[in-house]
Amino acid sequence: MKTETSSIWKKAISNGLISGALCILVMLVGLVEAFGKTDIISGVITLGDIILLAPIIIMTFPLLRGSTKYPKSTLLGISSVIGFLSGLMITLLILLGQAVDLRPIFVNASPNLYDMLMRGVPLPVGAIIPPIYCMVAAWVILGIFLIPARIRTAVIQGLLWVVILGTLRDQIFLIDAVKGRLITSILKKVIFAQSGMRPLGALIVFAIVAGLSYYSTRRKTVVTVSKPAHIVKRNRIILFAVLAVILLILPYATGLFYSEIFDTTGLFIMMGLGLNIVVGFAGLLDLGYVAFYAIGAYTVGVLTSQLGGLTFWQAFPIALLTAWLAGIILGLPVLRMRGDYLAIVTLGFGEIVRLVVLSDWLKSFLGGTQGIQSIPPPIIGPLALDAVQKLYYLILIGIGIVAFIAWRLKDSHLGRSWMAIREDEDVAQAMGINLVLTKLLAFSTGALFAGLAGTLGATKLTSVYPHSMTFIVSINVLVLIIIGGMGSIPGVFVGALVLVGLPGLLSEFQEYRFWFYGLALVGMMLFRPEGLWPEARRKLELHEAEEIIEPSTNEAASAVQ
Amino acid sequence: MLKRWRQTVTFMDIVVWAIGGLIGVAIVYGTIQTLRAGEYSAEQWINLTIDGLKLGGIYALIALGYTVVYGILRMINFAHSEVFMSGPFTAVFLAMYLDKIDFYNAHPIISLFLVTLLSAAVSVTVALLLERVAYRRLRYAPRLVPLITAIGASFFLQYTFRGFYGNDIETYPNLDALKGIWTIGGIDIPRTDLVVIIAGFLMMLLLYGIVQLTKTGKAMRAVSEDKDVAALMGIDVDRIIVFTFGLGGASAGVAGVLYALLYSNVHFYMGFIPGLKAFTAAVLGGIGNVVGAWLGGTLLGLIETLGPSLFLSGLGIPAADQLKDGIAFTILVLILIFRPTGLLGERLSRTKA
Repeated sequence: MKTETSSIWKKAISNGLISGALCILVMLVGLVEAFGKTDIISGVITLGDIILLAPIIIMTFPLLRGSTKYPKSTLLGISSVIGFLSGLMITLLILLGQAVDLRPIFVNASPNLYDMLMRGVPLPVGAIIPPIYCMVAAWVILGIFLIPARIRTAVIQGLLWVVILGTLRDQIFLIDAVKGRLITSILKKVIFAQSGMRPLGALIVFAIVAGLSYYSTRRKTVVTVSKPAHIVKRNRIILFAVLAVILLILPYATGLFYSEIFDTTGLFIMMGLGLNIVVGFAGLLDLGYVAFYAIGAYTVGVLTSQLGGLTFWQAFPIALLTAWLAGIILGLPVLRMRGDYLAIVTLGFGEIVRLVVLSDWLKSFLGGTQGIQSIPPPIIGPLALDAVQKLYYLILIGIGIVAFIAWRLKDSHLGRSWMAIREDEDVAQAMGINLVLTKLLAFSTGALFAGLAGTLGATKLTSVYPHSMTFIVSINVLVLIIIGGMGSIPGVFVGALVLVGLPGLLSEFQEYRFWFYGLALVGMMLFRPEGLWPEARRKLELHEAEEIIEPSTNEAASAVQ
Repeated sequence: MLKRWRQTVTFMDIVVWAIGGLIGVAIVYGTIQTLRAGEYSAEQWINLTIDGLKLGGIYALIALGYTVVYGILRMINFAHSEVFMSGPFTAVFLAMYLDKIDFYNAHPIISLFLVTLLSAAVSVTVALLLERVAYRRLRYAPRLVPLITAIGASFFLQYTFRGFYGNDIETYPNLDALKGIWTIGGIDIPRTDLVVIIAGFLMMLLLYGIVQLTKTGKAMRAVSEDKDVAALMGIDVDRIIVFTFGLGGASAGVAGVLYALLYSNVHFYMGFIPGLKAFTAAVLGGIGNVVGAWLGGTLLGLIETLGPSLFLSGLGIPAADQLKDGIAFTILVLILIFRPTGLLGERLSRTKA
């Protein structure tokens, strides 16, 4: 017991040092200062503070969870140690920064940051400020940890909503439907300050959300009888109807700023659904997916503007066909490879497409670096869809069709074949699945969907540029399906909203977008490889792998002993 | 008829060979056209060859990192390009400081040694952290999982270093000792180029020696064959994997400094394209094979610098130099299709690890 106790202290010290190092990392990367301007509760806490304290949360909570058998005094001790060490390391950085100017190397180590970290208190006294608030943060986490589970969930949800609403304060008032209404002035007077929330407002939001959450979890535990089938069905229909109405009025209710974001998110959803077939269903990692978007967009561009003549709707089917054929042509040689090799080759293909488009070689045809301008809007009857708000409906229809196809394909014979290939190619082949044909179908369907997104994207911007067809777009699509859950159709929507919609709202976010993407990819793969909205089969697969591994390592361990 | 077509692989092979044949014919035709036109002098060809060799030396050094890690873990360490970037991007501040206190050109060898040491140290640190934090837990995960993790880590590192040192391009100070040319056998070679070519070759020999001749190298080969059996033989698998990542990191750090000597500019995005090329080089030489990585790197460098003038301009493509990256990727695709084993390697791209 004694050695165990001393080991928990050792663990606390090492966690504290790691958390301090992570705090320094987020500071030097510039997150703390960049988000320090985003107030959550005006004058009390900013988003930057939360990001600064996030390492402490991450390093404290799991340790507490694994040490429930210790007395509360020990828990208080270890959380204090973690908080204190993190704060100490922040202080050390400040002192170092005061002694030597770090800015020639670390651009973000500015006096402004130090000031922010010491909360404006000048130095001799200011040095003790970071350990204090880091320890307070650790104690808050301990407090949240110690309260009963049901209240804890409510508290966490309440805090989460305060953070979300506080962060999105400016964006909320950009919604058209809210502008100039009575509700706006009430919101501004009671809940929100000039930036972020008022302390009272935060308290109200917290109380409402926590109360609702507490109430709903309590109801769930009491009511165990499931509702009759027809009521479930009726509820579902009502839900769908409400959702449909919301989706239809969305662009005009929220305004131009939001419609722009919806359109972009929509295009990414379309690409995500396509890549989801390739990566999620068939397990073929395609890192050059943007190539097909580019082919769709450029075909429309060339046919309507560059070579002139055709209208959008005349070019549209040709563009889809071109993208689909490109999928087959690129797929034929490439699909004989497996796994990571396929990934690299598709990445190479994506780059080749971009380089060829960029070069002077086809400049007269594809416009080189200048791209292609003045692509006409799609015209339906008397209506020209030339604004983001009108185009929204076209994108919505596109998503509807694509999602429907993906959904129907998933449980079809073909879908099953894809999943069989994903799980084991050799066995799939032995079961009589034609590998080449099945893979080609996945690849070309994915290409088709990307091509569709490309045509709509081209008309949305009324132009195509090679610079918007980079590897980063492919990664963006990949990240969103992985975060959402590979192979899961609702996951694509969740992923796109979180990873494309949200960064679109927060302009501070743009600069650090890929930092967060990278972090999200690694974190997701390490801790939740099945994604936010996992597909059942995939989840099973990933956990099956764990089950097989664990006994064998145990055996190995016992064999060694 | 169609059914028989689909069941046999020959149809696929026909398509694949047709594509390969077309590209082959285009290359031969382009080369003949260029040579007949005779627009380049012999001296220009020699200069291009030297350019190719020095570029190849750098690709080779980065490729070594991909190869040793792939050899052991059977995974593409996609973030290796960021391991390559982190070293020189950090060491540039040391070089600038040494230049400021007039030490850099007064003691070029010591300075270069210090800068290389720092660069390698940073690259090794990044490589080891990567292994410890991101890859170790995933050793037995399905294959796509570590690859996706590596892509994520690559982005994370890129933007972390961007956050650290800023968005700007930093420039290495000029080293006077490496200015000018050496004349060997009547051929003028810029000093920097020769240093890079020789350093690349020496690093390859060193790594080859470590893998083939030392006890740790033997353990590395054992782990690469079979991790579990190696563990039973008393080899500390974790230690060997850490050592391998360190080795790859060190060669990337050295490659970074050589790259900086040649091109003097470093920035957070510098790793991506060379990393991809180096991977191509590793595949070209046969991934998992140290000598192959060097051979592949050198060949790729040569093809990339000679190719545009040799066959693309002959095909009448204007500003063929813009397509040199395209050539590298086309080679990658072609090798993986026609000879996935690379020049010296075992067949891996179709096997299931």
